[in-house]
Amino acid sequence: MTAQNDTLEVSVWRGSGVAGQFETFEVPAQDNQTILDVVSWIQHYADATLTYRFACRVGMCGSCAMMVNGRPRWTCRTHVKKVLNGGKVEIGPLRNLPIIKDLAVDMDPFFDKWVAAGGVHTPSASRADPIPAIDPGDHSRQVASAGIECINCSVCYAACDTVAGNPEYLGPAALQRAWTLYNDAKHEDRTDILAAVSGAGGCHNCHSMGSCTVYCPNDLDPMSAIAGLKRETARGFLRRRK
Amino acid sequence: MLDLRLYMLQRITALIMAPLTLGHIAVIIYAVQGGLSAAEILGRTQGSVFWFLFYGSFVLAVAVHAAIGLRVILHEWTGMTGTRLAALTWGVGLGLFVMGSKAVIAVTWPVGLP
Repeated sequence: MTAQNDTLEVSVWRGSGVAGQFETFEVPAQDNQTILDVVSWIQHYADATLTYRFACRVGMCGSCAMMVNGRPRWTCRTHVKKVLNGGKVEIGPLRNLPIIKDLAVDMDPFFDKWVAAGGVHTPSASRADPIPAIDPGDHSRQVASAGIECINCSVCYAACDTVAGNPEYLGPAALQRAWTLYNDAKHEDRTDILAAVSGAGGCHNCHSMGSCTVYCPNDLDPMSAIAGLKRETARGFLRRRK
Repeated sequence: MLDLRLYMLQRITALIMAPLTLGHIAVIIYAVQGGLSAAEILGRTQGSVFWFLFYGSFVLAVAVHAAIGLRVILHEWTGMTGTRLAALTWGVGLGLFVMGSKAVIAVTWPVGLP
């Protein structure tokens, strides 16, 4: 191995709020190394003031998502070798969210929209009631189950060009959550969800470009979930007018 | 920028336009193939309730559909919102409707009337 191959040239976004620039670091290359390992190395050995966010390191918590070479990725499960471009890699904060500092973004808009889309579960029965039987093979249960592995990493939200152009838009994660609850027999008022996703920032703004489904690290399909919401709201619209 | 009402209006006008577009293209091909003169075409369309309704509904659907589509593009590309966006949406819709209506009247209105 040449000396050049022993190090990676890593550009990392530095700055608070809207002001900032990329700063380059030389990081030792390893055989097995994730983007999160690289960011951690910089913070441990090069610049302790680098701000970033992570928790579980195993792709469960959804806190370490960043832009890697301009694409949103979960950094703890992104191998450096897969994204390296001529010995270089560029790491930035997630798109479509306000930057707090360096690689940490303010996730408030993402979670506020999660709630605005009707994403808070309201049980249809109290603890005094018997537990309703749910057939796992039931169609609506399977539709609901398709979206429940979302880890709230905001990769889809950062990938979405509609969010970039329309800040009011609820975004793929929140709408997929709404679709999951709409198909959940244990959710109390499912028609409330259709009203919550039918406003000016609702599911009808989606252009079906599919970046959410392409970039979802858990292979979920928010685009189809949004299509489901469009279908059900359109049905409700026609039914009301009969 | 698209709530359920605007979304449905745009989808329904798209459904209306699909067969009308095919009909319009068929008419163009028929008129050109047959070598009809302008006077011969106007002779068939002026005073015809069918062609008035055909092109009248086409113009109405185009005005609604295009105004909503441009509204989305304007909002996403320029960030325009509120009264300005609403005014432009209505302006585009009414402008297309007036221009289209003038053409429909010229082609389908019985001769001798305005």
